[in-house]
Amino acid sequence: MEMPAPDHRIISRRRQIARSLRRLVRGEAVIDRAAELSAYESDGLTAYRQMPLITVLPADRDEVAAILRYCAHEGIKIVPRGAGTSLSGGALPLADGITLGLARLNRITDIDIANRTVTCGSGVTNLAISTAVGGRGYYYAPDPSSQVACTIGGNVAENAGGVHCLKYGLTTNNLLALELVLMGGEVVRLGGKQFDAAGLDLLGAMTGSEGLLAIVTEVTVRILKTPARAVAFLAGFDSLENAARCVSEVIAAGIIPAAMEMMDGPAIRAAEAYIGAGYPTEAEALLIIEADGPQAEVAAASARIEAIARRAGATTFRVSGSEAERLAFWAGRKAAFPAVGRLAPDYYCMDGTIPRASLPLVLGRISEMSRRYGLAVANVFHAGDGNLHPLILYDANKDGELRQAEEFGTEILRLCVEVGGVLTGEHGVGVEKRHLMAEVFTEDDLKHQQRLKCAFDPDGLLNPGKVFPTLHRCAELGRLHVHGGQLPHPELERF
Amino acid sequence: MDRLIEPLDEDGLRAAIAEAAADRRTLAVSGHGTKAGLGRPVEAQAHLSVARLSGINHYAPGELVMEAGAATPMAEIETALAEAGQQLAFEPPDLGPLYGQPIGGGTIGGVIACNLSGPRRPFAGAARDHVLGIRAVSGRGEVFASGGRVVKNVTGYDMSKLLTGSYGTLAVLSLVTFKVLPRAAATRTVLLFGETPADAAATMEGAVDGPWDISAAAYLPQLAGARSGVDDVAQAGGPVTALRLEGSRQGVRERTVALRAALARSGETGELHATRSRALWAEVGAGVLLPKAGAGGDMLWRLSLPPAQGIAGGGRIQQALGGEVAFDWAGGLVWCAPAPAETPEAIDAGAAMLRRITNEHGGHATLMRAPEAVRARVPVFQPEEGALAALTRRVKENFDPRGVLNPGRMFEGL
Repeated sequence: MEMPAPDHRIISRRRQIARSLRRLVRGEAVIDRAAELSAYESDGLTAYRQMPLITVLPADRDEVAAILRYCAHEGIKIVPRGAGTSLSGGALPLADGITLGLARLNRITDIDIANRTVTCGSGVTNLAISTAVGGRGYYYAPDPSSQVACTIGGNVAENAGGVHCLKYGLTTNNLLALELVLMGGEVVRLGGKQFDAAGLDLLGAMTGSEGLLAIVTEVTVRILKTPARAVAFLAGFDSLENAARCVSEVIAAGIIPAAMEMMDGPAIRAAEAYIGAGYPTEAEALLIIEADGPQAEVAAASARIEAIARRAGATTFRVSGSEAERLAFWAGRKAAFPAVGRLAPDYYCMDGTIPRASLPLVLGRISEMSRRYGLAVANVFHAGDGNLHPLILYDANKDGELRQAEEFGTEILRLCVEVGGVLTGEHGVGVEKRHLMAEVFTEDDLKHQQRLKCAFDPDGLLNPGKVFPTLHRCAELGRLHVHGGQLPHPELERF
Repeated sequence: MDRLIEPLDEDGLRAAIAEAAADRRTLAVSGHGTKAGLGRPVEAQAHLSVARLSGINHYAPGELVMEAGAATPMAEIETALAEAGQQLAFEPPDLGPLYGQPIGGGTIGGVIACNLSGPRRPFAGAARDHVLGIRAVSGRGEVFASGGRVVKNVTGYDMSKLLTGSYGTLAVLSLVTFKVLPRAAATRTVLLFGETPADAAATMEGAVDGPWDISAAAYLPQLAGARSGVDDVAQAGGPVTALRLEGSRQGVRERTVALRAALARSGETGELHATRSRALWAEVGAGVLLPKAGAGGDMLWRLSLPPAQGIAGGGRIQQALGGEVAFDWAGGLVWCAPAPAETPEAIDAGAAMLRRITNEHGGHATLMRAPEAVRARVPVFQPEEGALAALTRRVKENFDPRGVLNPGRMFEGL
């Protein structure tokens, strides 16, 4: 993976930089020995690896600010990292950059039940928030499948979703406030415990910004009361088309279920073999639909969902009879990635979003590509909101297979864009998809995005090489081309 | 401001802004101009109207998405949605009457540029939560797009949110894409009569947490309720706590019975069905239950507070400044019309007091309506300081380096 050319003056000062950092942070928080640094050489996208210059693990906001102030002064790049579960290489290190690990900011500082908020350090895991308030009947809605490990700060960086965002939204819809440290070390607070934040929606702009704008040190999220009742349905179909029709008809009937997930035949069988969730292994498509809310509404929705599923040709239909069974239905879906992972030495997870109506077309084309590339694929799909996760199976030890898998993936994403969708629903652009940004955006679209970055990080020291296919300098972006002519900039780095 | 520029299409909009930027000529931007009274007064050399950029160009009910020109009338959008049994879940309020305009005006671009949400906001999200994509022309005179027609999307920065609620100060919207949702089959509102503010706070908190899945909660003191066109509220003879239920016909019927039973020990209850329920929440969202301009309500504030702080914060402000208050968003939104002040000094001191109390309760205040001279002097939006103010300024400078678009509409000198 091509990254910005490393600055050898920085690399040659490595020891001195480590010494300076040790003066800024307490304890054994500066990691510069190769054996320990190797733990940070990749994130969840393990195909790409790079040893960081140094890793620092600050303990609090003030240490983060001190590190950033020092790095801004010295012109040292920063790569923020939560738990390192990114699937797009968002935390891929730089040879001349400091990996700033935020996992030690792991304290929940305020639980405010009356206002239904939790405030915590950005290194607290997603699941820990729900666990902290679960005993009192509350939970935090976004539930990415990595929720045991991924941090809330990382969720903010990627605008993480999960299986329940059809009804409850993504991170951005459940976030109330952030404490940020800008690259110069200034601390900024956005939002509060009230519903609407004041001023420009910088909270919205920060969410999904992939660590390129500022370092998040504290997060306030909205928690919800656990619904009075939740029921899950498993509907098996003998074709993806029928399952897709069922999804469309549920929505057309005016029902917004809490979740509506689809798995294809290979994914169903892999999950069943792995965890024994009771899935119908002869089915070619499985829908997991959840209805939640007041007892009366769940009962009404359940009857209608079953009728729609049967009309759409469901060959099997089961209703969870208990909370244990509901969780069992979900266990197979939540374990789908590791389950598919057992089918081949490696898998590559894609994340396009498409209009729901184009699902049969897109899945048909993916299976045609699968034959052409000679690589098997299993599909799991957030069907309710059109977010597709094809898992391409390959063996990195076989000559050329990684490249084949990447090309296959690129072709899938191009197809998503072609049918009116986008490159990534919840995993981020990172390094993985930046070469495709020009398929979605014009030069002016991308320049305006980079101008937002210039407002936050004018020297481009935060996570450079991610998201954007070309590194523009802020001075050049700031120039007003009164007559609209685009000046060529051959000196700019392009990936 | 004598010159009116009214581009026919997005390219015309781009050319108009590019020309203004080249000539360093400032522009006051509007759609139908129904919310010209919201924000600081704009002094500009020309008026840029996007009124021609109108029309729904894509509506796919099955995909829950609509795309429309920025100046598409809200009435047109709401009609199209209603025909398909859908709605804008954030329940945009019709603020026309607040500014002396007829009801039913306004454009979708105006709603989004001002991030206006109604009573369902705590339960369904704000306007900003429903915007999926935008096309716009920045103050640089360049067209840019962001987002798309799908709900789940992290492809690039969320510029749609940045522009939502930016009052046309960074870029002018030409096209907006937004999420639409099914409209509930049934709606009812349960009324609880005669509660004290403290009891209402507890009732609303309990209702939000309870098993009834309410979709709005308001507390209307007697004077506010008396202005309602819904007789059960207007003739209550005391304060009214209102809780809304939406869903299936059968479900709403059952939940209404259960909620009334749960509230019975707190006082006398009543209920409003479809039409009257809708009428009440339209009034609550539009702020028309507070005094009209000239009738003691020259200044009208909208406070966003942590919901558990709303009743207490609003009460303190009323004690300090007199006048009236009303509460929506389960306490998270306070409408506040202080008693009229006689002198500019008294107005400024009152505004400062209101902001101080709001800050102490962890919220922020927007001056929704005031005479132009007051809006020029008293900050309309929550003032910013230090690193945040500097960041806001840098964002403005990056999108509108020559300060062409709506100068000063949000913050003085910006």
